[in-house]
Amino acid sequence: MLFSAENLSVEIDRPLRDPVSPVRGVSFSLDAGMTLALVGESGCGKSMTCLAIAGLLPKRGRISGGALKLDGQDLCALPENEAQALRRRHLSSVFQDATGGLNPVRSIGWQVAEAVRLRKGATRHEAQAEAVRLLGRVGLPDPERRAREYPHQFSGGMNQRAMIALAIAGNPRLLIADEATTALDVTLQAQILDLIADLRSSLGMGVIFVTHDLGLVAQTADRVAVMYAGRIAERADVADLFAAPRHPYAHGLLSSLPERQAQGGRLATIPGTVPPIDALPGGCAFAPRCPRVSDRCGQEMPELALGAACHHPLPPGRAAATIREREFS
Amino acid sequence: MTALLRAEDLRKSYQVGRGGLFRRARRFNAVDGVSLTLNRGETLGVVGESGCGKSTLSRLVLGLSPHDSGEITFDGAPLPDEGSDDWRHLRRRMQLVYQDAAGALDPRQSIGTQIAEPLKIHNLPPERAEQALADVGLPQAMAARHPHELSGGQLQRVVIARALTLEPELMVMDEPVSALDVSIQAQIVNLIQDLQQARGMAYLFVSHDLSIVHHVADRVAVMYLGQVVEEAPKAAFYTRALHPYSKALLAAVPVPDPATRGRAAPRIGDPPNPAAPPTGCRFHPRCPHATEQCRVEAPALRDFGGRRAACHRIEELSQ
Repeated sequence: MLFSAENLSVEIDRPLRDPVSPVRGVSFSLDAGMTLALVGESGCGKSMTCLAIAGLLPKRGRISGGALKLDGQDLCALPENEAQALRRRHLSSVFQDATGGLNPVRSIGWQVAEAVRLRKGATRHEAQAEAVRLLGRVGLPDPERRAREYPHQFSGGMNQRAMIALAIAGNPRLLIADEATTALDVTLQAQILDLIADLRSSLGMGVIFVTHDLGLVAQTADRVAVMYAGRIAERADVADLFAAPRHPYAHGLLSSLPERQAQGGRLATIPGTVPPIDALPGGCAFAPRCPRVSDRCGQEMPELALGAACHHPLPPGRAAATIREREFS
Repeated sequence: MTALLRAEDLRKSYQVGRGGLFRRARRFNAVDGVSLTLNRGETLGVVGESGCGKSTLSRLVLGLSPHDSGEITFDGAPLPDEGSDDWRHLRRRMQLVYQDAAGALDPRQSIGTQIAEPLKIHNLPPERAEQALADVGLPQAMAARHPHELSGGQLQRVVIARALTLEPELMVMDEPVSALDVSIQAQIVNLIQDLQQARGMAYLFVSHDLSIVHHVADRVAVMYLGQVVEEAPKAAFYTRALHPYSKALLAAVPVPDPATRGRAAPRIGDPPNPAAPPTGCRFHPRCPHATEQCRVEAPALRDFGGRRAACHRIEELSQ
């Protein structure tokens, strides 16, 4: 196993008020060469989970519980500087705002080369050559010339690719892509996804892919964790989730996609809105919006058993049922 | 029947950078010869990549920015100049809803005041504001709240309610659901469709999201670097797009079904700088089917039985 988050919780301090917990007991794992998608609506805690893994939580935030294991080593148990050294070597992240993640006064090539030097300890000369190679790899035309240019000379899509070159410099073992392609047009997005898929299979890189776009999930992920209000609502293989979601929230999300509706009909909706993180209802956080709700849901927090954290999950789909039959026969 | 909205060879350019004493400033044609019609009660979806001019087009048809040349007619009469009394009067009948709902509202005024404002401007009875709130599915108590107390989906409902108070015939929707979460997106899409059914409004629905457009539009127009390259009834467009650019766009949309993985979608490279569009067919540097003719000669938007497309090679390619 390449990486696992075990019962991860994050706390954020607020001035004059109680701290909030945007991530509450999140567990998942992934193997080398695998893509795990974290899905959910804004405020569900998916970005905070990523920041915690990458060691980039805001000053007021901290990991308040759980473990983050990279190759079996718990990043939370190590001294801060050792944990950060491990992260720097093996882990990298790309966020939505690419231009903001680049240094405006350094050339693109210099920045990528710096990442190579830090991860690999290569000489400046080697790093420079590697940077040009990486920029070519992410599909920038004329990489040698482009390496000498600065972020403001690049378009948004080019900066995003430069960020990806930066992220994959020195072959990290785990890539965290948080809405990395959201701001791009679909045509560019398709190119970047091809690239990530290629790196995944050629370098055995593990990918944590954060998105709200279920189309992207279907096209890129092996496993999916659907998050709601700081917890995982459902965890499943991508084919099983799309064939037969078990958590009512996951079911609602999938049903609201226009692609999964009869043409011209009304879209299925989830009534209400996501509750604010500092005013969560007791019991299951989805209960107030849930069509399958019972008295129990208001009192007792459901555990993530059999893939869905729900007291009244939908019946397993045919795919899951066949597997079970095979096991028992 | 006359069309509700008709645009004829519409053009709009913006200055890029500054000119000097001996140097003319460069201009960039955001909308470059667009013609389209929108009938009453109909939804025309306008799609394209960022920078294709779709948002500029939506401002032009409302008269919010003046066009350089071409003609816009609304309900058979030419669109009056922006700011004139006639234009103000006409604006009752055409409203705009755009992506940034929070930015469209005043943070210091209550929701009720803001919804009633268009009524005050047009000397209409303020009771309509209450009705509008109900029409978009918000409780009356919401009127006393301020924008920061509302969620993104609720804010977009408020903006739609405000537009509804004047009972417009045309609503221009520029990415109305793009900023919203999936589950909320579905709520707003349903609302938009219900309102159209109840009131027979026409929608100019501008979006980069081809699956939403598939759901709401009757016809689709694809824009590329300021021009319409294809326009077709929805069913025809989504089952068999004619233009290579439309095909590439459709193929690039990630389908939410893991069973469709591994389809080889055409990779068409980066869009060119819109300020310096290529010669000939503007799509030719990215087109897998480009020939010498495409490099030199700009294709006209031709009729193909109820649909239009601008490509030299459609006949050959569709064989």
